Amino acid sequence: MLDVMYFAWVRERIGEPREQVETNAATVAELIEELRRREERYALAFSDLSALRVALDQELSDFDAPLDGVREVAFFPPMTGG
Amino acid sequence: MAVRVQAEGFDPGAELSGFACGRTDVGAVVSFTGVVRDTDGGLDRMEIEHYPGMTERAIAAMVETATARWDLADCLVIHRHGAMMPGEQIMMVATAAPHRVAAFEAAEFLMDYLKSRAPFWKKEFGTDGSGWVESKDEDEDALSRWE
Repeated sequence: MLDVMYFAWVRERIGEPREQVETNAATVAELIEELRRREERYALAFSDLSALRVALDQELSDFDAPLDGVREVAFFPPMTGG
Repeated sequence: MAVRVQAEGFDPGAELSGFACGRTDVGAVVSFTGVVRDTDGGLDRMEIEHYPGMTERAIAAMVETATARWDLADCLVIHRHGAMMPGEQIMMVATAAPHRVAAFEAAEFLMDYLKSRAPFWKKEFGTDGSGWVESKDEDEDALSRWE
């Protein structure tokens, strides 16, 4: 079971800030494919991966990264701090 | 070294007065304050979302990298989240070092990383509606000079 979190416009498009996802996805990319197939709002949020970033257990990562041992996945647009 | 992520406003002058205060090994203090800017006169407020937990970890890692790279006596990072009005302070970085080059460079390094590697997202609310602030390629490019 994965804790999946969404921030900024990703959160707005999906309509919730976090959810528990039951998945056998081996990588972030596989998880995204599973989510995309679920519902239109996911397909919309994940339509352009170049506009997205991912963090695994609160560390920036990439879409090829394995999910083995990961508890928390977060998707968000490029950060705009400062 | 101190990192504060908070919703409340802060007084940059008071923060700076207390920073590295009384230390005789410090020859230079540099500070930067980021302020909510109303670019075209139509901004009502800005709201900053963040990723609690990751935000603190990411900033702590930046501060650790900066202290390993430059000879710093002290370092302060304050970054707000939540709603703020034009003219209000968003964030502040202060560095103290024996020499000014280290203080300037470390402050710039922290600013560049806070901009595109700390999990904050700005949303502007104005007379023409609302929208997420988009990241700029030049902000990403700014990181390459520190590699």
